[in-house]
Amino acid sequence: MTTEIIIHDQKDNVGVVVIEKITPNQECSCWIMENDSSTSIQSKDEIPLGHKIAMNDLNEGDTILKYGHDIGKVIKSIKKGEHVHVHNVKTKKW
Amino acid sequence: MEIPKSFLGYKRENGRAGTRNHVIILPVDDISNACAEAVSNNIKGTIALPHSYGRLQFGADLELHFRTMIGTGSNPNVAAVIVIGIEPKWTKKIVDGISKTGKPVEGFHIERTGDIGTVMKASKKAQEFVMWASEKQREECPISDLWISVKCGESDTTSGLASNPTVGNLMDKLEPLGVHLCFGETSELTGAEKVCATRGATQEASDKFMKTWSAYNDFILKEATDDLSESQPTAGNIAGGLTTIEEKAFGNFQKIGNCKFVDVLEPAEEPKKGKGLYFMDTSSAAAECVTLQAAAGFNIHLFPTGQGNIVGNPIEPVVKLTANPLTAKSMSEHVDCDVSKILSREMNLSEAGDKLIETTLRVANGRLTCAEALGHKEFVMTKLYRSA
Repeated sequence: MTTEIIIHDQKDNVGVVVIEKITPNQECSCWIMENDSSTSIQSKDEIPLGHKIAMNDLNEGDTILKYGHDIGKVIKSIKKGEHVHVHNVKTKKW
Repeated sequence: MEIPKSFLGYKRENGRAGTRNHVIILPVDDISNACAEAVSNNIKGTIALPHSYGRLQFGADLELHFRTMIGTGSNPNVAAVIVIGIEPKWTKKIVDGISKTGKPVEGFHIERTGDIGTVMKASKKAQEFVMWASEKQREECPISDLWISVKCGESDTTSGLASNPTVGNLMDKLEPLGVHLCFGETSELTGAEKVCATRGATQEASDKFMKTWSAYNDFILKEATDDLSESQPTAGNIAGGLTTIEEKAFGNFQKIGNCKFVDVLEPAEEPKKGKGLYFMDTSSAAAECVTLQAAAGFNIHLFPTGQGNIVGNPIEPVVKLTANPLTAKSMSEHVDCDVSKILSREMNLSEAGDKLIETTLRVANGRLTCAEALGHKEFVMTKLYRSA
């Protein structure tokens, strides 16, 4: 079975696309590395290899968790299944 | 996998072992590059290491220049060294520093002789050195003679998912065998700095790390004209899906596996506390970082890449690995170890770590890296501030 998305940690609210791309409304299977478990999600956007998908609805000001750690803040609300990147997330560092 | 206990290296006078047997022509300063390159053109099998600095530097910046020059010449991958500078004093200082290793080294200065006379004298000595070095044979050396440095570049999310953890897996397996290990990239730990600090083997090492990171971060914030979003992450990182410096940092950090660092090194400083993992304060630019690690004595480098960084180094072989299937396919001539099957879950991390250990040992035994075959010899001095 193909895995379309890999999630580092159970706590993460984003996953990474690991096939060339996923298309809108695609049913994707996700593998959570930390505990070797599986889940699934329906995408809303086309998302290329290596880019992130939101695993939950996220509001402005929310923290993005990846590797189980804080990697930045939401600057524009994001729906579950949407593409997460520089257009809706920003660093908290500089 | 049963990890081999030895590799075939060149035993040096000071007890270290090299994975290569270079004879280098080392210019002390920018204006001696032409002379050094002329000598390496004359004498086959030598390499010149041209660079941009070495004049009017002072203070810590000058100390770093000397440390990098002397360290490069002292690296066990170097059999013998010709040093060429404009003036006698700084030339001699570098020759004296390298000669402590016991290897053949001779210096030449250009003033009062000119380029042509210097090239003639230095070429004669270089010929003698290279013919002497050509008789050196590889011998069995314990795996603990490997000093492995790591740095990632053109990272993307596949780096943090797979290629960096592959390096981490290698570290976890080789650290107990007594190798020296080194990671750096101070600025690219930003966001993960507190987690990184907890990986100091002692409170002293952790404190030293936080002090080093804070100093670098203060410098970046002082010089920054915008929010750095064009530089960190880079355009290539962003194209590959990395959104913030914190995300890049946690990916970067996967390279050290579960190891703890025993000490924090100045740029180009040789580790003095024995085997184990060291953190070195370096720039995150690939060629600068590898040049500093080579100058500290590391004799083989592992370089995970996402989007496809192509860096090499003149004296320290740079082994490239990637987990990005597009990079593995479209830039295969740069990839020594393809671990992209981790993403399709056809390979697990331990298998990838074993594959990287195998590649590393083949390169240590003499197999050319992609970067060596393609002629990548990026030698880039780190400069701390303006000259006097």
